[in-house]
Amino acid sequence: MSEEAEVGCARPTGGPVGEEPAEQQQEQTQPQEVKKMITVGQKAPDFVAPGYQKGNFVNVKLSDYLRKWVVLCFYPGDFTFV
Amino acid sequence: MSIDSMFVHKMWNDDELSKMVEGGIPFPMLSDAGGKVGSLYGVYDETAGVENRGRFLIDPGGVIQGFEVLTPPVGRNVNETIRQIQAFQLVRETQGGEATPSGWRPGKKTLKPGIDLVGKVWEVWKTEEAFD
Repeated sequence: MSEEAEVGCARPTGGPVGEEPAEQQQEQTQPQEVKKMITVGQKAPDFVAPGYQKGNFVNVKLSDYLRKWVVLCFYPGDFTFV
Repeated sequence: MSIDSMFVHKMWNDDELSKMVEGGIPFPMLSDAGGKVGSLYGVYDETAGVENRGRFLIDPGGVIQGFEVLTPPVGRNVNETIRQIQAFQLVRETQGGEATPSGWRPGKKTLKPGIDLVGKVWEVWKTEEAFD
């Protein structure tokens, strides 16, 4: 039932199962929050995030790393390169 | 940090990364389900539902000194990240008394910004020094 295809991301087809997709749905036009851009020379936005470190599940708060240099790295997904 | 859960991080570390790095990954592998933190930093791709390759250098005062963001297919240069940290550390230690010109790495010449340097960079710094 599945077909081989380029790996992409999951997304709705625009209709219920077994039916043709409804008329091209209008792109949702919810007002987007204005995104605040990151600016060098400004304080980093703080956050708390769960994670894994050396055999333990941990909770990490960025501000706990004040007085240290931090490299904060984002990447698309585990099992990819960084 | 990625959108993967901490459980997936554990599997990736234990099953694969620990075979590349002795003892496994020493630093926290963080989970950002829904891309909430990534959105805050401008690296979350809402269409794909994943984070782009963003890298932020944050100094001991919590200030972002630099960042680099790449689309997923191209990986980063870790040496360049380390070089930038070394340069920012030197600038911080000298309280801005020294600056690191293009191509600087530890051991190479720094510049002392000031009125005496105006128009004289060409005398103390050569173009070849911009390259490795």
